[in-house]
Amino acid sequence: MKVHEYQGKEIFQKYGIPTPKGIPAFSVEEALKAYDKLESNIVVVKAQIHAGGRGKGGGVKLAHNRDDVKSLASDILGMKLVTHQTGPNGKEVQRLLIESGADISREFYAAITLDRSKEMDVFMVSKEGGVEIEKVAAETPEKIVKVWIDPLVGLKSFQVRKLSYGLGLEGNAFKEACSIFKKMYECYQSTDASLLEVNPLIETNDKQIIALDSKFNFDGNALFRQKDIYEMRDLSEEDEMEVEAGSYNLNYIKLDGNVGCMVNGAGLAMATMDIIKLAGGDPANFLDVGGTASAETVKNGFRIILSDDNVKAVLINIFGGIVRCDRVANGVVQAVKELGLEVPVVVRLEGTNAEEAQDILNSSGVSIIPAKGMKDAAEKVVSAAINL
Amino acid sequence: MSILVNKDSKVIVQGVTGSEGQFHSVQMLEYGTNIVAGVTPGKGGQSTLDGKVPVFNSVEDAVKDTYADTSIIFVPPPFAAEAIIEASYAGISLVVCITEGVPVHDMLKAKKIISQNGTRLIGPNCPGIITVDECKLGIMPGFICKKGNIGVISKSGTLTYEAIDQLVNVGLGQTTAIGIGGDPIIGTTMRDCLELFESDSETDGVVIIGEIGGQMEIEAARWAKANMSKPIVGFIAGQTAPPGRRMGHAGAIVSGGDDTADAKMRILKECGIAVAESVADIGQKMKNEMN
Repeated sequence: MKVHEYQGKEIFQKYGIPTPKGIPAFSVEEALKAYDKLESNIVVVKAQIHAGGRGKGGGVKLAHNRDDVKSLASDILGMKLVTHQTGPNGKEVQRLLIESGADISREFYAAITLDRSKEMDVFMVSKEGGVEIEKVAAETPEKIVKVWIDPLVGLKSFQVRKLSYGLGLEGNAFKEACSIFKKMYECYQSTDASLLEVNPLIETNDKQIIALDSKFNFDGNALFRQKDIYEMRDLSEEDEMEVEAGSYNLNYIKLDGNVGCMVNGAGLAMATMDIIKLAGGDPANFLDVGGTASAETVKNGFRIILSDDNVKAVLINIFGGIVRCDRVANGVVQAVKELGLEVPVVVRLEGTNAEEAQDILNSSGVSIIPAKGMKDAAEKVVSAAINL
Repeated sequence: MSILVNKDSKVIVQGVTGSEGQFHSVQMLEYGTNIVAGVTPGKGGQSTLDGKVPVFNSVEDAVKDTYADTSIIFVPPPFAAEAIIEASYAGISLVVCITEGVPVHDMLKAKKIISQNGTRLIGPNCPGIITVDECKLGIMPGFICKKGNIGVISKSGTLTYEAIDQLVNVGLGQTTAIGIGGDPIIGTTMRDCLELFESDSETDGVVIIGEIGGQMEIEAARWAKANMSKPIVGFIAGQTAPPGRRMGHAGAIVSGGDDTADAKMRILKECGIAVAESVADIGQKMKNEMN
């Protein structure tokens, strides 16, 4: 799960990580009120969407007076902000952050995330702040200083000192950075984050260290114990159908193709998308119906898949283990009848009671194209999508 | 032989009285798994599964009474990591955690602790492990397997079944099949399993099924290139997965670099592994390798 920058900064404040003064605004009037309240000569008007690259896309602007704020807020609110992370259609801006301008001397990068290979969290800092860290990592990896954190011991003082020395900090700034890095790790741990990134972390001309940005990813598996974080979820930032699928306990991700698919198990679902592509088609979605493919889940799955107008044919691929294929077949027949499907449906059922399932489909009277094996299924659904 | 589990494994079920635990314990007993005890705090002294299996309050109590060496966990996600740690401190040598949805921060700690204690963990978020006709420790349909000489290692549940089915269709049986799980932090890695199969006298070839995300397939392939004498067939799911999206499994996400399906397939090939481009070719590829 992700949150907006202003929400991330609210979390920072709880953990004592300094940020510029800022106030979120959902309308131009609120933006002006925020400006009056901040009493700052220069403020930054920042679009709040769940994607990076907002500055480059024109979603972050400096305002020197009240009129600037008014015109910038009107421009940015409601705009379709396109960045390298939003896709070509962009994302509509519905929230702003109005923030006091900062007096930047140097910009750094700081982040904590999981290093899967080392099975430890890694804390990274770099003097090359404010730019794309991927580029720094690829071109000049020596400019990134890293420490790995033993999960049983936590982040130790010698490690935060290494990070602060790595940024070339001295005096008060050094001390402050050490303290902020410890707070960042505490925050990362306590909120079950899987990524905490500050880019840029700045040193001001009077040697203060301030988090000018905030980016979080939270571990979806841990949200049950992170009620405060979960309440920050902004559903308008997520795909509507993906959210609806989630409410049925279905795992759905929309893609750009025209062959819908419904599969049990995430790995098999990905492999099904892949084989559709190999057969010359394009998958319209990823959909894992999970371990209990009942009549109800099949029906909900159909509904979600068919809400995408691009879908020209649907492939159902179920490997019945504990799930019994005859029950799935009954569910398919029922769903096809009730929903009055107009697109061709190819069904491949393997595993427990597959033969009984085949009989049910054959004698159901609904037009379903049966398939044997994944190759056959993929070829049939792709040709059905083309011939429609 | 076979690896990790066999008919002599003495198994306890943690979370035996929950609905998942009950359902799958019945299936495991039917398969012939030697379940000697169950653990549910507060229900010690009772018996379960038609009175066949005694229930204990703690893994420690169960081990004292039954000399169990193996555990399977069906405990809900908030308590699963602690169940792993409990089993480890009670002296269990192999723990299989089926639970899906364990927080990553919990797993980081649990993994470190079990490594220090020398406990082997499979999972979490996995279908478990099966040694054909001897011991099923998990939720996979046992009947699809046939005894033979191929080892199977997979990050995914139903994709494991697909591979087993294809192997059987081309006349190849299995020694042991392991679902290692699709989470970012898991106990036993693909490389660990390859090492075990390499030294197992009954296994003559291995199928590895990976997916996008992480470096595990690449580490396994590099190890195999230097150390493995037996043929390997590999498949990587997620060639069409968009970057930055979690594809069901918490660990299945392309975050840049070598963790795409294409990159992994290329490196597997460079390491001498026979890569099945299509999921439908896994069985046939293995048959070709065995001839």
